[in-house]
Amino acid sequence: MSDVMIDARELTKHYGSVTALKNATFHVNRGEVVGFLGPNGAGKTTTMKILTCFIAPSGGTARVAGADIFDDPIAVRQAIGYLPESTPLYTEMLVLEYLEFVGRMRGLSGSNLQARLRAVVGETSLGEVIGKSIGELSKGFRQRVGLAQALIHEPPVLILDEPMSGLDPNQASEIRELIRQIGRERTVILSTHNLAEVQVTCGRVLIISQGQLVADDTPSELAARAGKPRFLATLQQNGHTESDIRKAFAVIGGAQSVRQQAGASAGEMVVEVVPKGNQDLRADIFRAAVSANLVLLGLEQRGENLEDVFRQLTTGDPVASS
Amino acid sequence: MRHIFTIGGRQFRSYFNGPVAYIVICIVMLALGFFFWKTFFLFGLASAREMFRWLGLILVFALPALTMGLLAEEKRTGTIELLITMPVTEAQVILGKFLGVLGLYAVLLLLTIPYPISVSTLGNLDWGPVFGGYLGLVLQGSAVLAIGLMASSWTSNQLIALFVALTLSVFFWVLDKFLALLPTNAASALEWLSFDYHFQSMSRGVIDLRDVLFFVSVTVFALSAAFRALESRRWS
Repeated sequence: MSDVMIDARELTKHYGSVTALKNATFHVNRGEVVGFLGPNGAGKTTTMKILTCFIAPSGGTARVAGADIFDDPIAVRQAIGYLPESTPLYTEMLVLEYLEFVGRMRGLSGSNLQARLRAVVGETSLGEVIGKSIGELSKGFRQRVGLAQALIHEPPVLILDEPMSGLDPNQASEIRELIRQIGRERTVILSTHNLAEVQVTCGRVLIISQGQLVADDTPSELAARAGKPRFLATLQQNGHTESDIRKAFAVIGGAQSVRQQAGASAGEMVVEVVPKGNQDLRADIFRAAVSANLVLLGLEQRGENLEDVFRQLTTGDPVASS
Repeated sequence: MRHIFTIGGRQFRSYFNGPVAYIVICIVMLALGFFFWKTFFLFGLASAREMFRWLGLILVFALPALTMGLLAEEKRTGTIELLITMPVTEAQVILGKFLGVLGLYAVLLLLTIPYPISVSTLGNLDWGPVFGGYLGLVLQGSAVLAIGLMASSWTSNQLIALFVALTLSVFFWVLDKFLALLPTNAASALEWLSFDYHFQSMSRGVIDLRDVLFFVSVTVFALSAAFRALESRRWS
């Protein structure tokens, strides 16, 4: 089997006169975590439903783990762990009962099933709610049950439709961490409209707008399109002025400008350093501060933000993917 | 095959986690008790005929309540998406669902067995019509359940599924009740399409292959229609 786990070719889907997806061609390799980004109604869910063989495309085709969605949908489904949007589960069932059901449907039985149950319950930290009915669970736990059912048969490919929506920040970061762990061994596609999430979780981003794929790139490369990064250094004041800092930071060759920012706390000052190109100046800033005896309290990179790219790509004319 | 049993088993168990199955069972048993014992001692005859007559009618009204949610509720909540994207075919999903509700129907029928048994303690019961009657109930019930499953596959609204299923199964039950008003040819055709006509002949203890085939055909037809409806989602 090749390393291409998902190979979508010119996927097109019409719902009546509405075109939900137009000639989407992309591929995802083994071990990649790919973020599927786009506004609501852009075609993310449609694509996922096509890949899981829930609906058939009007045109084009796709192969998942080597199996064609038309010729061998059962093999495709067996290769995929799927978490649909809003995590539909049988709420009247107990967590364990439900996972057992899914395990059996996935062809597990006996000690094999028991071992996998233990494994996914451990992975998704469901131990404390295993005997509860799914209807009683909080949104975060339900989401984990959804992930557990997607993982139970150790699928090579995971397709997660908005796995973090509706979660509070703590729950979201737990799920994000979980997805990152899963992504080390498996191929993951997740859809979202949360940009920060993509930057943290995904190695590659597909941006889709009005049914068309408008970008296919790494988060940082996409961000680079949005504009230069900036660096904000927080320093201990100690009587320094802006010009002192400028002098100290003059040794940073890659810096285009050094400027003091307003809004620092008492006793501190914030300095913005803009690089000439797209290079990362954090190490240089640190060294410059140390050699000038400045106390560096904080250093952050700003402007590496997908939001601008996203807005540009999804509201303006489609840009050719790079 | 194993998938069918897994789906059916889940469906069967889930009935006992919700109120619908209990309500239907209670109503059926109460209605049966009322209609059966009301006239039983007037006839002074140790026969279960009346039980089957009433049960045949009561179930035509009650069974659609068991099937209304089978697919409609899964479509409403979206669980159908997880079910279908497991490695199963649409046919397995339909057969599994049908098997699940058939299992609950079997429980319901088992609960009525005390009737013929208690009748047999009161006099000399002829068991032939009892077996014929139960076979008739199983077959007629299968047809009604399959029609209900078909109706449930057409909508994501349980109430619509209930009304469509009720309308269809009551229609087929009632077909042979107005025959006197019709010309002979039409009358015999309608009679032949009627559930009750075939059921009554079985509950007399006469097992005619044509009656069996009639119910089996209706069941197969309705299940295929449900299969088509479930499959059509892919191409919509």
